[in-house]
Amino acid sequence: MERRQRREMAGKVFEAVALAATVFGLVVLAMLLFDVARRGLGVLSWSFFTSYPSRFPEQAGIRSALLGTIWVMALTALFAVPLGVAAAIYLEEYAPRNRLTRFIELNINNLAGVPSIIYGLLGLELFVRGLKLERSILAGALTLSLLILPILIAASREALRAVPMSLREAAFALGATRWQVIRHQVLPVAFPGILTGMILALSRAIGETAPLITIGALTFIAFDPRGPLDKFTVLPIQIFNWVSRPQAGFHARAAGAILVLLAVLLSMNGLAIYLRYRLQRRYQW
Amino acid sequence: MEEIVLETQNLTVYYNGRPAIEGISLRIPRRRITAIIGPSGCGKSTLLRCFNRMNDLIPSARVTGRVLFEGVDLYGPDVDVVEVRRRIGMVFQKPNPFPKSIYENVAFGPRIQGIRDRRRLDEIVERCLRAAALWDEVKDKLHQNALTLSGGQQQRLCIARALATEPEVLLMDEPASALDPIATMKIEDLMRELAREYTIVIVTHNMQQAARVSDYTAFMLAGEDRVGRLIEFGPTQQIFTRPRDRRTEDYITGRFG
Repeated sequence: MERRQRREMAGKVFEAVALAATVFGLVVLAMLLFDVARRGLGVLSWSFFTSYPSRFPEQAGIRSALLGTIWVMALTALFAVPLGVAAAIYLEEYAPRNRLTRFIELNINNLAGVPSIIYGLLGLELFVRGLKLERSILAGALTLSLLILPILIAASREALRAVPMSLREAAFALGATRWQVIRHQVLPVAFPGILTGMILALSRAIGETAPLITIGALTFIAFDPRGPLDKFTVLPIQIFNWVSRPQAGFHARAAGAILVLLAVLLSMNGLAIYLRYRLQRRYQW
Repeated sequence: MEEIVLETQNLTVYYNGRPAIEGISLRIPRRRITAIIGPSGCGKSTLLRCFNRMNDLIPSARVTGRVLFEGVDLYGPDVDVVEVRRRIGMVFQKPNPFPKSIYENVAFGPRIQGIRDRRRLDEIVERCLRAAALWDEVKDKLHQNALTLSGGQQQRLCIARALATEPEVLLMDEPASALDPIATMKIEDLMRELAREYTIVIVTHNMQQAARVSDYTAFMLAGEDRVGRLIEFGPTQQIFTRPRDRRTEDYITGRFG
C-alpha cells in the first residue's frame, strides 16, 4: 500500500515538474512580448515606416531597414530555394545509396549546425572580397542563402520522403521516365511540405544579424536600396544598433522595430501553416 | 498449342547478393489468365516484377537468366525500359490512384507519351473506363478527385489507367486482396472480360480466386533456404484436380501456407 502511494506520488511530482517547465517557458516569452509591446507600440506610426534612420530618436524610422530586409529576403529565396529543392531531389530521387551520398548527407546535416557567424566570415571572404561584390544586398543574400541551404535541403528531403512509394511505382509502371514521375506525381504531392520548409528557412534568415554584420552591412542607410548592388541594412541590424544607443528614445524605436519584425515572422509562419493545411487536404489518402 | 507471349528462362533474382527466386522457367500464353500462387515469401511478386522490370527500382536487385517478351530479351542491352512498361502494364495490391482527378489518372499514360489532343484524350479516357467497367459509375464526375472513390472503384480505375497505354500484357499483384468480396467479384469478372484481348498474369494467395479466374496456374514455394522456386505449372484445372507434385497438393488442399 505504501509503495503504491509512493509510486503515485512520483508520477504526480514528475507531472508537476513538467508542467512547471512548460509554464516557465511560456511565461518568460509572454513577459518578453508584453515588455516589447509596452515599449514599442507607442512608436508605431506611419512615419516610423517611412522615415530613414536619424540622429534624433523621435525622427528615426525603419524605412531603409525594412526595404533592405525585403530585398535580401527576396534574393535569398531566389538563390536558395531552387538550389535547395534541386539538391533534395537529387539526394532523394536520383542519388545511389552509397558511401559518397552518405558522406554528403552527413555533411549537410553538420552544416545546419554551423554557427551563423562562420557563414558571415565565409561570405566576407568569398562574396565581398573574392567576387568583389562589396557590402551589397547581393553579397548579403548569397551569404544568407548558404546559411539556409542545409535547412532547406533537409526540409525538402523530408517532404519528398513523405510521398508514398506506391505513387512512384504507379507512375513508373505506366512507362514514365524518372523525371516525369518527379515532375508530375512526386513534386505536386511534396509541394506543401517543401513550401513550409522554405518559409521556415526564410524566417530563420530574416532574423539573422551576425553574418550580415560580419560582411559589413551598414547601420546607417539614409536612402532606398534600388538594386542588388546597393549598400543596405536590415531590420535586425537596425534593432541591434538602436538598442546599443544610450538614449531611451532609441530603445523605444528598437522595441517598435522588434514588433514589426515579429509581425513579419509570425505572418510568415502563419502562412506556412495555412498553406500546409490547405494543400494537404487536397492529397488525403 | 498456345501462343507464348512471355517466357522466363532460368530466371534468378538476387537481393543484396542473396537469391530470392531461382531457376524459374515459365511460359505465359497469349490472351489467357495465368495465376501465380504460393505462400507468402515464395517470391511471387518478385517474379511478376521481372516482367515489367520493376525490380530495376530496387538498387540491390540483380537479375540473371532471360525474360523473353515476344521473343526479345527484356533485360537485353538495347531494350528501353519505358517502352517495356508501356507495353506491359501493372496493377498493384493496394489501389494507388494518383491524387488527381479520375480523368487525369487515366490520361496520365497517354499524356506522357505526348498525346495532347483533348478529343483524343477524351476518347481514350472513356474507352478505358468502359473497358474497366467503371464508366457508368464515374461518367458524371470525371473531374472529381480519384481518392473520393471506393477501394473497389479505385482499383478498377487503376486498371483503366493501365489500359490507357495500350499494353499487351497486364500484370496484377494481388489486385483484390485489399477489397471486400463484392468488389473482388467485380474485379474477377472484369479480368475474364479483359482476357479476350489481353494477356493477364495475376499473383494471388487466394487459391479460390486462382481456381475461379485463371486458365493456367504456376505454384511457387520457398524451401528451407528461403529461395523461391517454381514447383509446378500447368492448366489450372489440372493443378487443382490432379497436381503432379506432392507439395502442390499439400498447398491446394490447405495443409500449409
